[in-house]
Amino acid sequence: MKVTQQASDNILTLILDGELDASSSVLLDTELAKPEILNYQKVLIDCQRLNYISSAGLGVFISHLQSFQDAGVKLVFFNMQEKVHNVFEILGLDALMTIVPSAAEATAI
Amino acid sequence: MRNAIRISCNRRNLKVVRDFVTAFLNTYHLSDVLLNQLLVAVDEVVANLIIHANAEDESQFLDLALAVENHTFSIEIEDGSNHSYTPSSFREPDLPEFIRLGKKGGVGMALVNRIMDKVEFESANNHNVCRLYKRLS
Repeated sequence: MKVTQQASDNILTLILDGELDASSSVLLDTELAKPEILNYQKVLIDCQRLNYISSAGLGVFISHLQSFQDAGVKLVFFNMQEKVHNVFEILGLDALMTIVPSAAEATAI
Repeated sequence: MRNAIRISCNRRNLKVVRDFVTAFLNTYHLSDVLLNQLLVAVDEVVANLIIHANAEDESQFLDLALAVENHTFSIEIEDGSNHSYTPSSFREPDLPEFIRLGKKGGVGMALVNRIMDKVEFESANNHNVCRLYKRLS
């Protein structure tokens, strides 16, 4: 798993590349736990090259969502592959998290 | 096609298991979504056994055996730990509550139960076996 950051105009984009499982999710958890991330208005998660997610990966997002909401930071997923979106759907997480098709829509939220 | 593998209880082997299952199912031409669901279900059980049942003790091993018979995928996962999983302890996750509490875990077995058609756990004499089944068509 590789996590690349792009920051501009109060928006932080995290580009995920690889597979998010119980081994690799620690890296992402560390990134999302940094206090300075709560200074952004939006954190966009680019999932185009996210090829796999397990409950450990989902748990990273579940565990940080409340602190993001409390700080007024919007967490938005975009470019998600169908098979990855399906895992969110199986748990009903697609109804609790903001997932949009494209970067343009993620930015517009 | 090799249908059995032994791994040590290191979470880095989760990827090894997913690659093994993917290679085994390659000839069945499953959709991306279905193949991924099977990978998730297997990954969740194996991760639980590595991390919780065996405390990531690399001297411990898991044995996995795959099969497709009568259009049904099955996997048998065996380990020799003293910690057995009791399906009756399973509770459906309350996701809004998990979000409120910032919980990291607790949704893996929900994924397994929702994806697979049948999930069996058997424990006897310091030996645990989990069997998962999913009809492919």
